[in-house]
Amino acid sequence: MDWNTIISQTITQAVGVLAVIYCLAAVGLNVHFGYTGLLNFGQSGFLAVAAYGLAVTVANIGLSFWAGIVVGIIAAILLALLLGVPTLRLRADYLAIVTIAAAEIIRLIVRSVTFREWFGGSDGITRFADSFYALNPFSGPLALGPLKFSQNDLWVVTVGWSLVALTSLLVWSLMRSPWGRVLRGIREDEDAVRSLGKNVYAYKMQSLILGGVIGALGGFVSAIAFQSVQPDTFSTDFTFFAYTILILGGAARIFGPIVGTMIFWALLVFIGEFLSEAVSAGVITFITSTQVGQIRFMLVGLGLMMLMIFRPQGIFGDRKELALDAR
Amino acid sequence: MLYGTVTSDGTGVQGVKITATNDSGFSGEATTDAKGAWEIKTPKSGTYTVTLDEATLPDGVALTAESGNTRTVNALLGKVRIQFPTGEGTGGGASKAEQAVQLTVDGLLLGLILALAALGVSLIYGTTGLTNFAHGELVTLGALSTYFYSAVLHLPLVISAVLALISCGILGALQDKVLWKQLRRRGTGLIAMLVVSIGLGIFIRYLFLFFFGGATQQFPEFSGQEGLELGPLAITPKAIIGAIAAIIAILASIYWLLKTRMGKASRAVADNPALASASGIDVERVINVVWILGATLAALSGILVGLTSGVSWNMGQQILLLIFAAVTVGGLGTAFGALLGSIIVGLLIQLSTLVIPPELKSVGALFILIIILLVRPQGLLGRRERIG
Repeated sequence: MDWNTIISQTITQAVGVLAVIYCLAAVGLNVHFGYTGLLNFGQSGFLAVAAYGLAVTVANIGLSFWAGIVVGIIAAILLALLLGVPTLRLRADYLAIVTIAAAEIIRLIVRSVTFREWFGGSDGITRFADSFYALNPFSGPLALGPLKFSQNDLWVVTVGWSLVALTSLLVWSLMRSPWGRVLRGIREDEDAVRSLGKNVYAYKMQSLILGGVIGALGGFVSAIAFQSVQPDTFSTDFTFFAYTILILGGAARIFGPIVGTMIFWALLVFIGEFLSEAVSAGVITFITSTQVGQIRFMLVGLGLMMLMIFRPQGIFGDRKELALDAR
Repeated sequence: MLYGTVTSDGTGVQGVKITATNDSGFSGEATTDAKGAWEIKTPKSGTYTVTLDEATLPDGVALTAESGNTRTVNALLGKVRIQFPTGEGTGGGASKAEQAVQLTVDGLLLGLILALAALGVSLIYGTTGLTNFAHGELVTLGALSTYFYSAVLHLPLVISAVLALISCGILGALQDKVLWKQLRRRGTGLIAMLVVSIGLGIFIRYLFLFFFGGATQQFPEFSGQEGLELGPLAITPKAIIGAIAAIIAILASIYWLLKTRMGKASRAVADNPALASASGIDVERVINVVWILGATLAALSGILVGLTSGVSWNMGQQILLLIFAAVTVGGLGTAFGALLGSIIVGLLIQLSTLVIPPELKSVGALFILIIILLVRPQGLLGRRERIG
């Protein structure tokens, strides 16, 4: 049993590239679900259009990296409008079904052989973020005790957590503003807000766009960090994991997604690494190393259920604030 | 895990060698089986280089020039599917009209399969308000338990199917008693229950994967059945038997809903639980019966999918969105809407392949779902007051 590797992996990945991606997705979901009560199950779709927007613009059209970022953000805004127009006037579960369907449509289209020329089929697109790494101020890898990052990962993680900090600050200030209070009002009682003369539909749409664009930043980080976009990265399970993270940390709390991400990844990686090590060291003999991954997913599902039943407010949340059943 | 299928003209290519390597020295190798499928288990997430050995391809089969034989992939979480497209096959010579007849029959069969599962989703939604995202796992359970009885215990397929239906019905009742009834008693909200069903779905799905493995299996009987040629139509006898079973099950459910005391009670509960309870209906008992019916119908749907396209751990998840599309198109919570919606979605998926590539056929169905919500949000047979 190599405890050093287990601990080092756990700590590194709890703040690593994947953690950043899930954290940004969860911050966006927090705006949707936590503050506005919108059941967006298509967050992976927002990440996908942003990541593919960037990759296609740079690799296939040949424009600059920053033009790709702009295209990605515009794509996310358009997706929000496209999803919001038919569903935001309807009950919450309609939005859930339509967003999950839209995310699947996007995934099926980008992985299809028909559009292979554009999106690269199931292989996706690679090598398009060189100009991002050209800006890297770090000159070497980081090895701070158990925390280990390569030179490139260190740059991605630094930018990523800065984005998390900036978006969290933005969400925090917005939710203290009158605008944010209207959103929370919509979550609690839509009809009451409407009777005060607010245009509920417009507020919900703005919330969908804001959360979607924050999710899109996660899409950029994923595309840049791996220098590659692939359709199956953006499956529906991605969205469900982001929900688990959000609910674990506490919805409608600024630090909810951040704490949720770190705990989620620390637990997931620790369990995975521990079981793998135990299997390869022959301590555990009744499962194989592939089954370790499956046990991790089972625990995620079980965790999501148990949280929702016994502690829907998560670690940080306030049960009184989160009246999940307003609709 | 990395996996994929090497096919040429729609049939699998056997004996092709594929290797995967990564920077930290991992190296895995796989050879495609009779169906052209291969998988390589990877120890952890990271970047892998996957190479297909072109020398092992049989004569007359070649990879398309632009795609090459090497792929670099990120295995982030779970499974990554890798494709190696081979040279263009020549299509069949059937005319558009003949294709349309064939696709209509295929569409009706798919519609029946969807209808069985959609009926359960709709009844459960109607009586309890739960949008059950774990319903796909009930579909998988039906197929997996049939596989267990027939392939592991070596019982005849028909007896296995009957046993599977019974055990799935029992498990459905149990799921309601152990989980959902308790949540209703606690006063858990509908949105919270929806999220619980997602968690339950993930848990059960990976439990299936843990015990069943990632490969698609066939039932031991009827797996490679010859198709019957009926004029322009090609249909397998097992598909005909499956369709008849589905129609009988659906007619029985309609009879149950319209004519029996319990069925009428279930519609009363769907309409107004409080009033139903006040008029002496045992609401919890009705809901439990609805769960039994829903789970049994879903299991039958899973068995039919298994007969035609094999049994896998995530087969239910793959059709869950189509089931939801069917239910929403017909009208959430209305049993007859679910039937109508399923037939429409089934036909649409198959017939749309006349104009769009088959790989995008589900996209068409999901797109129609969004269009329907734009013009008639309550669905075809839904009532307006339910959507607000």
